[in-house]
Amino acid sequence: MVEKHKTEWRVIVSRAMAILVLLGGILLAAGLCNATPASDNTVPSIFDPRSTTAESIDHLSRFVLAITGLIFLVVFSLLTYATVKFRSRDANTNREPAQVYGSTQIELAWTVIPILIVVVLFFATARVIHAIQDAPKPPTAVEVTAIGHQFWWEFRYPVLGVVTANELHVPVSDPNHPTPTFLKLLSADTDHSFWVPQLAGKTDLIPNRLNQMWIDPQQTGIFLGQCAQYCGTQHAKMLLRVSVDTPEAFDAWIHAQKQSANRDDKEVAGRHVFETTACVNCHAVGGTNATGRFGPDLTHLMSRSTIAAGAAENTNENLRLWIQNPDAIKPGSLMPAMKLSDPDLDALVRYLETLH
Amino acid sequence: MSPDAMAIQAAEVDAGRTLVQVLHEWVTTVDHKRLGILYVLLALMFLLIGGLEAIIIRIQLMRAHNDFVSPQVFNRMFTMHGTTMIFFVVMPVMFGFANYLVPLMIGARDMAFPRLNAFGFWLTAFGGLLLYFSFVGGNGLYGAGNAPDVGWFAYAPLTSRAFSVGHSTDFWTVALLVSGFGSIATAINIITTVLCLRCPGMTLNRMPLLAWLNLVMAALVILAVSPLTAAQVMLSVDRYLGGHFFDTQAGGSAALWMHFFWIFGHPEVYVLVLPAFAFASEIIPVFSRKPIFGYPAMVAATVCIGFVGMTVWAHHMFTIGMNSAANAFFVLTTMIIAVPTGIKIFNWLGTIWGGKIQFKTPMLFCLGFLFQFLIAGLTGIMLGTAPFNWQLGNSYFVIAHFHYVIVGGIMFCLFGAFYYWFPKVTGRMLNETLGKLHFWLFLIGFHLTFDTMHIPGVLGMPRRIYTYEPARGWDTLNLIITAGAFIQGFAILIFVVNLVFSCFRGAKAGNDPWDAWTLEWSVSSPPPSYNFASIPTVGSRRPLWDRKHPEDPDYRYE
Amino acid sequence: MATLIIAESAIFTIFVVAYLFYAGKSLTGPTPREVLNAPIFFSICLLSSSLTIHFATKFLEQGRRGAFLGLLSLTILLGGLFLYGTGREWYRLIYEHGLTVSTNLFGTTYYSLVGLHAFHVTAGLLMLSIVLLFGVAGRVGREQSSRVDVLSLYWHFVDAVWVVVFTVVYVVAR
Repeated sequence: MVEKHKTEWRVIVSRAMAILVLLGGILLAAGLCNATPASDNTVPSIFDPRSTTAESIDHLSRFVLAITGLIFLVVFSLLTYATVKFRSRDANTNREPAQVYGSTQIELAWTVIPILIVVVLFFATARVIHAIQDAPKPPTAVEVTAIGHQFWWEFRYPVLGVVTANELHVPVSDPNHPTPTFLKLLSADTDHSFWVPQLAGKTDLIPNRLNQMWIDPQQTGIFLGQCAQYCGTQHAKMLLRVSVDTPEAFDAWIHAQKQSANRDDKEVAGRHVFETTACVNCHAVGGTNATGRFGPDLTHLMSRSTIAAGAAENTNENLRLWIQNPDAIKPGSLMPAMKLSDPDLDALVRYLETLH
Repeated sequence: MSPDAMAIQAAEVDAGRTLVQVLHEWVTTVDHKRLGILYVLLALMFLLIGGLEAIIIRIQLMRAHNDFVSPQVFNRMFTMHGTTMIFFVVMPVMFGFANYLVPLMIGARDMAFPRLNAFGFWLTAFGGLLLYFSFVGGNGLYGAGNAPDVGWFAYAPLTSRAFSVGHSTDFWTVALLVSGFGSIATAINIITTVLCLRCPGMTLNRMPLLAWLNLVMAALVILAVSPLTAAQVMLSVDRYLGGHFFDTQAGGSAALWMHFFWIFGHPEVYVLVLPAFAFASEIIPVFSRKPIFGYPAMVAATVCIGFVGMTVWAHHMFTIGMNSAANAFFVLTTMIIAVPTGIKIFNWLGTIWGGKIQFKTPMLFCLGFLFQFLIAGLTGIMLGTAPFNWQLGNSYFVIAHFHYVIVGGIMFCLFGAFYYWFPKVTGRMLNETLGKLHFWLFLIGFHLTFDTMHIPGVLGMPRRIYTYEPARGWDTLNLIITAGAFIQGFAILIFVVNLVFSCFRGAKAGNDPWDAWTLEWSVSSPPPSYNFASIPTVGSRRPLWDRKHPEDPDYRYE
Repeated sequence: MATLIIAESAIFTIFVVAYLFYAGKSLTGPTPREVLNAPIFFSICLLSSSLTIHFATKFLEQGRRGAFLGLLSLTILLGGLFLYGTGREWYRLIYEHGLTVSTNLFGTTYYSLVGLHAFHVTAGLLMLSIVLLFGVAGRVGREQSSRVDVLSLYWHFVDAVWVVVFTVVYVVAR
């Protein structure tokens, strides 16, 4: 009687274990298939692609998931079945089961079948690699050079003549008349990685190396991402914000960005602070004698919705705090605390707020 | 002090030996069994420390914009956690088990080079000590001192003098250089022992799989740790002598470091996992009451993994912008290595099939390993398809994958090995009830953490970030992950309690509590210092089966 | 010793790979073609020392201690000559051409590779000298010949590495 209970307990235990693992697998699968797009794209899921490259990766991924899922189900079922069926039942443990040493046919089968699966997976994958990496650049492509810095992004549009930081604008691409954006990726210091999951897979920015990638967004909107290669203390707050605009909105943005800085003569005091303290060593403002390249270009600072590479909203208080004490927002960033007097700081912020 | 030492001390105090004399014996020992125990104790100590670092990481990440630790401290935590776990927990524990078991299982009296053995151990121990010495100084203890903060793979040029000011990188480099020499020394010892010291009758074809797997592991150490050593010397030339190996400003290449590191880094994971396979290959047959299914295929698969494993390294570098042909090549080799690995899983399944499974604690852990390693291998295949990797690489999906392998696979086998061989080492059984509690708690905690962890990766969360933005869908998931971490920590504490408690009060084990078939179960528990009164002669792969079943010995069928 | 040699070969391979990878990529400074002179004489010294130690070991196996000690001394002398030659070469490179490890990629990789090899030569010479000392003290006989043979294996390895390094540095990547 005791033995029977012991055995039943074992069955329950092993079944519970099987269920737990199954639950884990279901959780995993559910999470992976979680393609519920938030209406404002705040969840950068790889299964919510909005660009051609991300879509082709998504299709390949689902294919791979299907195959691995099938393998999982088959092997999992066999393992569970074996664990339950072949548990030691009788109290007579002296009788050993049949001592089987192997089986050539079975072993051959389970070698050949995986090899076939490998071949299928390899060709499916190679096709997508080629399609993405070797895609030719159409003449209608927008060209951007992205330069990674500790801990911000510099974006230059060499043909269109625009320099900006952290927030990238690209035109939406129409399948009938594609206007993808081709990015050259460089780094000014250490390794970084450009990752906006809904638009493309990530590609690294490595110093002394030229990398390329392209995005072909199919929908307008704001898409989020961040640096994906550890680059130092504030790697976590090197965020990306890509605004996919309609062609008209994109042209308007380009036009605005190409203008020199707004010369608002009311804020002469603030401009004076900017141009006579160390700001000009790192920052550039178009049309003034500030031509620093170490930090972000500030010519159109107020056209951006965040500062410090996404670490804070672009508001009056944050701007002030950032200049006065960057460590409060992004400890370990390379922006120094400027140690300005309060009147100087106020004037400076008012000046910066004119840079639309 | 080790449990074995305490038992011996108890006996020897009666014989009039002082504590100092016993300690001196342990410090100067060249006996493979004692060195094995020392390795394991070193690893257990670092396991607790590395686990603490993980808990700190998880507390910081449980909420968006948390400020439990500063970014500087966090970056040191994840670097030290990875470095500690790989170099000072899993490698030493595997060397420890290899040291203890290989001579016993092949019928030898000791390893081939006992003094080299001790030398290797002390190099590893001092390397670990040096690494942790970095916590002293620098920012002081609350700022995690001057501990390395460049990530466990220390990518250039973040490690150059310009970007890694101070000595944190040097601690990383030198500590691993030192312990790397220790690893190479031990590997040389294992290879020589296995090739030269097998007892009469034990051809390579009759050797226990544990010996085979440790042989291939040691060969991989020789071939893989050396590139890391070379790269670290180059890094030191850059940092101290003004060299330009990885100095991108002078035309150096950051990618070159990556190649050198991963030429080490990938075979390294096979170094970690092959001994775990060894444990599974010894434990599963015994608790299924059948021989391992397909021994020749298991050996062939192992050797295959060893060779192919040296060709896959750049699947850690799919995102760095290699051309499509290179990427495709590494996809191919990565897929190929799935085949021998899968074969092993099927062979273990074949071993269980038709057997009489006993659900004792070692077997529970090995069964958990089978299920979990299957999943880990499959997420590995996913990551091996380069375009999928362009999305999931360097994200929490990768962290989930490799912890699934290392914790769900390797650690589970390791726990199984502890429960299985503890009786042989100490002469006492580990408590079975505590063992089962340990298993279930750890299983629940493990799945809570690492199943969930795949999801933030899919939702765009990169790794090595000390905080994250709220409303990206990562918040609740991270909280769940942290909860599971605490459960796992608690389970490990139960395990440690079991280890200590059983040393004193565990039920006495005989020579052969599990009714097993390899040579180590033919000697007393613990074995005498000379291992075997007379060197045995074997006629098959399961010498004790032949002794116990003279009417149906193995050598008729092999 | 065989496994140690395999491990060391892996380390040298990485340095050779780095050397070849960076060949021609220096942004400034002296190039190999401008400053390198192949050290033919000293290479012959080193490679001959493999012969001498081979015969030294043979003589020891036969119990001819005197011959063994003589050839062992010759081995050490030849190895020492090689090191002297390397030192002279480096002196010339540093003081006449201004090439140091920090000058450019060529300097870094050259000194690292050749230096690593010279370090191994030095270690070998130290071990050979210890054997010589023991030999002069009369404690090395036929019974120790297998150990001396293992040491000579290391020495042959050092020479083989030099063949590779010489080919890569002075022939292939000029």
